[in-house]
Amino acid sequence: MTEYLATIGLEVHVQLRTRSKMFCSCAVEFGAEPNTHVCPVCLGLPGALPVMNEEALRLTALAGLMLGCEIGPVCKFDRKNYFYPDMPKNYQISQYDLPFCLGGAVPLHDLSYPKDAQKMIATKDKKIRLVRIHLEEDVAKSFHMETVSGIDFNRAGTPLLEIVSEPDIASPEEAFAYLTVLQQLMIYGGISDADMEKGQMRCDVNVSVRPVGTEKFGTKIELKNLNSISGVRRGLAFEIPRQIEILRAGGTLDQETRRWDDVRGETTLMRIKESAHDYRYFPDPDLLPVRTAPLVAAARARQPELPWEKRARFVADFGVSEYDASVLSDDLEMAAYFETAAKGARKPKNVANWILNDLQSALATASLGIRDCPIRPEGLDELVHLIDSGVINSRQGKEVFAEMFSTGKAAAGIVEEKGLRQVSDAGAIEALADEVLAANPGPVADYKSGKASALNFLKGQLMKLSKGKANPSLAGEILEKKLQ
Amino acid sequence: MGDLTHLTISELQAGFRKGDFTPADAVRALEARIQAVDPQIGAFLARDFDSALAAAKKADVSQPLGGVPIGIKDAINVLGEQCTCASKILAGYKAPYDATVIARLKAAGAIPFGRLNLDEFAMGSSTENSAYQITKNPWDPTRIPGGSSGGSAAAVSARMAYATLGSDTGGSIRQPASLCGVVGLKPSYGRVSRYGLVAFASSLDQIGPFARSTRDCASLLSVMAGKDPHDSTSLDLPPEDFTSRMTGDLRGIRLGIPREYFVDGMDPRVRAKVEEAIKTCETLGAELVEVSLPHTEYAIGVYYIIATAEASANLARFDGVRYGHRAKNPTDLLDHYRRSREEGFGSEVKRRIILGTYVLSSGYYDAYYLRAQKVRTLIRQDFTRAFETVDALVCPTSPDLAFKIGERVNDPLRMYLADIFTIAANLAGICGISVPCGLVEEKGTSLPVGLQFLGKPLDESRLLGIADAYEQAGAKEILAQIP
Repeated sequence: MTEYLATIGLEVHVQLRTRSKMFCSCAVEFGAEPNTHVCPVCLGLPGALPVMNEEALRLTALAGLMLGCEIGPVCKFDRKNYFYPDMPKNYQISQYDLPFCLGGAVPLHDLSYPKDAQKMIATKDKKIRLVRIHLEEDVAKSFHMETVSGIDFNRAGTPLLEIVSEPDIASPEEAFAYLTVLQQLMIYGGISDADMEKGQMRCDVNVSVRPVGTEKFGTKIELKNLNSISGVRRGLAFEIPRQIEILRAGGTLDQETRRWDDVRGETTLMRIKESAHDYRYFPDPDLLPVRTAPLVAAARARQPELPWEKRARFVADFGVSEYDASVLSDDLEMAAYFETAAKGARKPKNVANWILNDLQSALATASLGIRDCPIRPEGLDELVHLIDSGVINSRQGKEVFAEMFSTGKAAAGIVEEKGLRQVSDAGAIEALADEVLAANPGPVADYKSGKASALNFLKGQLMKLSKGKANPSLAGEILEKKLQ
Repeated sequence: MGDLTHLTISELQAGFRKGDFTPADAVRALEARIQAVDPQIGAFLARDFDSALAAAKKADVSQPLGGVPIGIKDAINVLGEQCTCASKILAGYKAPYDATVIARLKAAGAIPFGRLNLDEFAMGSSTENSAYQITKNPWDPTRIPGGSSGGSAAAVSARMAYATLGSDTGGSIRQPASLCGVVGLKPSYGRVSRYGLVAFASSLDQIGPFARSTRDCASLLSVMAGKDPHDSTSLDLPPEDFTSRMTGDLRGIRLGIPREYFVDGMDPRVRAKVEEAIKTCETLGAELVEVSLPHTEYAIGVYYIIATAEASANLARFDGVRYGHRAKNPTDLLDHYRRSREEGFGSEVKRRIILGTYVLSSGYYDAYYLRAQKVRTLIRQDFTRAFETVDALVCPTSPDLAFKIGERVNDPLRMYLADIFTIAANLAGICGISVPCGLVEEKGTSLPVGLQFLGKPLDESRLLGIADAYEQAGAKEILAQIP
C-alpha cells in the first residue's frame, strides 16, 4: 500500500496588543457592546483617512526580531480590493510586495508538542520556516441571526499580523507545536495576548498529501473554523487520512475550502475554489512608505528574553531540570513568579518543586491564574526557607502553605500564630521518646529482635505525641540511640 | 450700505471692523442674491440661511475670518449637513463630522454656508454629471460653468458667495474658475489636509478656495493650510501668511512659458488673451523665458489611469451596507451590491470605476498602472527641471471658453481634453492658480478667459504674489464686470 506524506502550511492572524486601532484612535477592546468603538475612519465613512499606529509598527518589528526575520529598509501598505459586508471600505489596507518582515523561523521544542505526543517526536528541534509577516487591519465581525445579519465594527481596524509559514509542517502534532510556540512568543514579546478563544489568534490551514518518494505537492485544501490549537490538531488528524483514503481508492482531490466542525469532529466542504481571486493590490496613496530603521531600533530595546533562552538560564542559574525549566518558562507570568521566588532562595530547586506541585494544583483547584495567586513569590521563598532551615517540617509546611493560600498571610506569622514551630530541642524530644518507649513495649521488643520497621512506628507515635511539631529526623535519631 | 455681495472678503472684513455693517448683513445680502439669482444658475444643492444667520450674529469679527460666510462644495464634510457628492448613492447622507479645513475655518470665525453643486464625485469638467441639477455659467446660462467644482465657481461669479471651497484633482478648481471669471487656487499636494474631502483620487486631490481676488484666496489658504494628524499626506510646515509676497509688481521674477501649453487645437481667442496677459506680466517687470515640459502629451493618459485606479478603490465603500442608497429586496449579497451601485452611481462614475478596475487587474497592472506611475515621475521631473530656471510658469488654464450645456456630454474624450492644461500640476503635486485675463465676445455675450500660473511645490506665497500683481494690473476690470 502506498504511504503518504502530509504537507501543511499555516497562515496565522494575530491581533496586536495596542491600545488603539491600526489607523484610527478607537480603543481595541474585546467584548465591548457592539459598535461602540467606531469612528469615521474604521467605519469607512466618506472623507475619512487612515493614519498609522506607531505602536503597531513597533510590535511588528519586535515580532520580526524575535522570529529572526529580515526587515527591509522600507515597507509600504497596499489596498487589497474585495467586497464583503465586514469590510467597511471594501478594500483592506494590507501589505503586498513590500511586507514588514521576510523569512524567519519558529523553533519547536519537545514541550510544545501535545503531552501525549512528546515521546514520539519525529524530528527533534525542528524549525518551521516563515515566508513573511505583514501588518494589516482586521475586518469587522458578522453575526448571522435567523432572518438578518448584523455587523459589529468594534473589531474593524484592529492591527493584525499575518504570519505565513512555509509548508514545512508534516503532522498535526507539529502544527500544534508550531502554534504553541508562536503563541508563547507573542505573549513573551507583549505583541499579542494571542487568546484563540477571543479570536486574538486565528489560524487557516493549508494541507495536502503526496505519496512518499514523490516531489510534487498534492492538491492543496484549505481548512477554516479552527478555533483552538487542539482544534487545529484534530482537524488535521481528520483531514489527512480523509485525503489519503480518497487517493488510495483511486479518487482525486479538488482544490477546495473545508470547514472544521469541532463538535462532529469532521471537515465538510465549504466551497470549491473557482479561480484565483484578483485582489487588484496597489499602493495605498493615503499612507506614505514606512522607514523601518527607527522602529527596529525601538523594538530592539524592548526585545525580551526568548523562551528557549529563559529555559537555559533557569537550568544554569537555578539548577532545575530541563523539564522543570520548560514548564516554568512555558507561561511568562509563571516564569516571572518563579524567578522572583527563586532569586534569594538557598535551594531554588525546592522553590520550583513547590510551584510545580502544590502551588499549581492549588491554583487549579481554585481556578486561579498565577497572576491572581494569593501567595506572593517572596512569601513562597520564605516558606521554603522555613522548611529548609528546619524551623518547620515539610508536613507542617503543607499546612502553612494551605493557610497562606487561603488567607494570604505570611508564613512566619502563621507558624507563630498556630504554634507550629518545629521542636528541635533534644531534651524535649528525649522526654517524648521515653514516654513513647514506655507506652509501646511490643514494638520496642520487635525492634530489638531485628524488625527495623518498628522504628518507623515508634517515630510516628512520637510525632503524634508532639502534635506533629517534633523535628522528624531528630526524633528518629534519638529513638534509635535510646533503643541501642 | 449698498449691495454687499459685490465685496471681496477683505472689503467685507474692513466693513465689519469699522462697523459699517455686520456679518448678519452679509448673510442677508447673500440670501437676497441667492433667492434672486440661483433659480437661474443652480449653484446650490442645499443652503440653510437660518443657521448661517445665527452663526453670523454670534461672530467675532476680530478673528482672522470672523463672520465671513464661505460656500462649500458638496464633497467636503460639514458636521450635520448633507454631503452627497452630487450622487444619488449619497442622497440624504448627513456628515457626522467636520473636515479638517472646515474645523479650521470655523475656528477662524468663518461660517461654512451652503452646499455647492459638482460633477458626481468630482468626476467631470462641466458639472453636468451632477445627479441633481445642472449649474449654469453666470456669464451665459446656456453654457457650463466648468467642473467639477462648477457650483463653487458659479456661486462666486454670480455674487452668491464671497468665497467658496472646491477640490482640484485634475483642474476642478482652476478650470471652472477660468470659465466663470473668478480666482481659483489649487494648493500644492500636502499643503491642505484632505481629511473630510470625499476622496476621488487620493494622490491628486487637494482642497482649495475660489474668490473674487487673489488676496482673498491667500487669506483662506492661511487658515486652511497646515499639518493635520488625521491626514498622513499633509505636510508639517510652519504657518505662513500667504499675502506676504504681494508686492504689486513682478520685478526679478522669471516666468516660464511652456511651449507645449500653446497647442494648435486651442481657441485662438483664448490664446490671444493669454498672450496679451503674458505681455502685461512683462511690463510688470517679469522676465519671460520659454521652457519645455516634454512629457505634457502623456499627462491626460497617465491621469486617467492613476485617477481612475484610485477612484475604483475609493468608491468601493459606497455599497449600501452602512449608509447611502440601498437597493430594495435584494435576492442575495451580490444582487444587493450590484443593484445598489447600479442605481446609485451615474454613468461617468461607472465608466471611471470600470476603467480603474481594469487598469489594476492582474495581467494589466504593469502595462497600465505601473507604467503610468513611471511616466508620472517623468512629468514631475519636467517641472523640477523647468523650475530650476524659472520662478513660475504662465499658461492658459483651459484651451476653450465655456462650452454649451450638452455639447460634450456624449463625447467623454473631448470632455477630458478640457483639463489638458491643468492635469499635469496635480500629477506633479505643484501649486497652481487661475486668474481672469480677458473677456471674449461670443454671440452677444462676454465669456471670461483664465490665465494660469503654476508654482513650485509649496511655493504658494510667491505664486500668490505673482497672481496678485497680475490681477492688480490686468484682471481687476474683468472681476468688476462680473454679471
